[in-house]
Amino acid sequence: MPANSFNNFTNYGIGIGLRVPHYRHILAKKPVVDWFEIISENFMVDGGRPLEVLDAILEQYRVVQHGVAMYFGSADRLNREYLKKLKRLVKRTNTPWLSDHLCWGSVDGRYTHDLLPMPYTFAAARATAQNIRQARDFLEVPICVENVSSYAEFHASEMTEWEFLGEVTELADCGILLDVNNIYVSSQNHNFDPYDYLNNVPHHRVGQIHIAGHSKFEKYILDTHDHPVLDPVWKMYARASKLVGRTATLLEWDDRIPTFNEVHDEALKANKFVKELETAPA
Amino acid sequence: MARVVFRPLTEQDGMQPRWTDGRGMKNVADTFITPNDRLNSFERLEIYNRVYWFRVLDCLYDDYPGLRAVLGEKKFMALVTAYLAKYPSESFTLRNLGSRLEKFIREEPKWVAPRVRVALDMTRFEWAQVVAFDDLAKPVLTTDDILDAQPDKLRLGLQPYLSLLQLDYAVDEFLIAVKKNESAVLRNEASNTFEAMPHASRRKKATKMPRRERVHLAVHRYDNSLYYKRLEPEAFHILTELDRGFSVEEACTRALEKTRRKKLNWPKRLKHWFETWSSLGWFCGR
Repeated sequence: MPANSFNNFTNYGIGIGLRVPHYRHILAKKPVVDWFEIISENFMVDGGRPLEVLDAILEQYRVVQHGVAMYFGSADRLNREYLKKLKRLVKRTNTPWLSDHLCWGSVDGRYTHDLLPMPYTFAAARATAQNIRQARDFLEVPICVENVSSYAEFHASEMTEWEFLGEVTELADCGILLDVNNIYVSSQNHNFDPYDYLNNVPHHRVGQIHIAGHSKFEKYILDTHDHPVLDPVWKMYARASKLVGRTATLLEWDDRIPTFNEVHDEALKANKFVKELETAPA
Repeated sequence: MARVVFRPLTEQDGMQPRWTDGRGMKNVADTFITPNDRLNSFERLEIYNRVYWFRVLDCLYDDYPGLRAVLGEKKFMALVTAYLAKYPSESFTLRNLGSRLEKFIREEPKWVAPRVRVALDMTRFEWAQVVAFDDLAKPVLTTDDILDAQPDKLRLGLQPYLSLLQLDYAVDEFLIAVKKNESAVLRNEASNTFEAMPHASRRKKATKMPRRERVHLAVHRYDNSLYYKRLEPEAFHILTELDRGFSVEEACTRALEKTRRKKLNWPKRLKHWFETWSSLGWFCGR
């Protein structure tokens, strides 16, 4: 389960996102970090400092790519130019797997730069799975698709989100990047039990886990990635780890970013839950 | 849903209450969005409408501090909102969000009037910095590559990341002054959490408008750091002609034909310029 075909049979531990405010510290101090996750689009450029930094990181660290603009759930065909640029980056980083989101975000060539929720229908599942297969065949790297946090639901939906995630990944035969913070955020916004979600996703397909912080507003929760991980999410992470086994885990912290050490220390708290897993009686 | 998301917000940063056909937006939202016990369909859809606009406006707010200072906050926000309404993003990356801003200002100068020319100069200058930051660097031509080439046959390409700008205002000096004035708090307030529209913190003093002055600039990068270099008019014209595909000899001849400074030691000057540009890595194959 932890090392599987969806994470290319790797056994990565706890990682953090590679973020601009930490570049100087990482390149100067060379801290011990199991792996970094990069946002693919930040490095799908033709030159300049981003690639200089990336190459310096790749000399010392393992890197996994995470995208935000593939839009597997788009009704449009996948963007061919985007795929070519992404493949160049995949070859540069040698990422063992690649992830992006179960969402849409562009239509007729216009981009929202957001991760928009989908109606959970069988037709949408088939179309999304086809896009995932096409991307995987072109990129030649395993793909994990991430559940997003959402603030709206559609009348058209024919199933629950976790059923939809299962349907898509089964049809596409791809992995899951299980974002436990997103499950929690969506569960609060849509009044479902997050443990129903956790218990019913296909655990054998989980190749990676995301944890993150969020922000509470009066009537909804927003997935802001600008806080430490909150207790309910840690509890869900513990449960997820029990269900899927010790799996590559990544802390996302994308705004109001504290020091590198603060972010890394927060991520390493995940070890506590994994250690409990290892010492639990059979 | 996409059409809803792309629609500009109200002055109070909310979703427009009526759809384009006059129907109440709540009725429109009800047709495809499910409400919950706390938020109705309109409110749930509004979250995405607001997040979209906060994100894209925040991006342009960060990318165009000089243009923002030229126009003032209110006028800048009105400009970029109108721009994005007409030209929503057609790229997977926010990096390209401002790529058609100059075109939009030329099409609809009313949004920057009466400071049209200075606004155009600043827009071009700030976009050139986006290009210089991460555009392609082709293999640099070395002295050995061109040593035996005849000037009348030698055609040099210019690096894709290099922009040559002829400007009517000293926007380079202005931008340096703007950045000195802006506080670190401004960056923190232009937050990615998209809880609010970007806005300026209190500034110590307003920056004096750019001086009217004919300026020739090369915006480029060196050792992956961003630079802008003032050029003499003849130097600018030589580089422009090289970029158009003229040979070295033709480019120099055409540029110097226009100069009024006939008595200068042009061979020495040209030698120095070409050595400098070569050492900066500006020349590449065509």
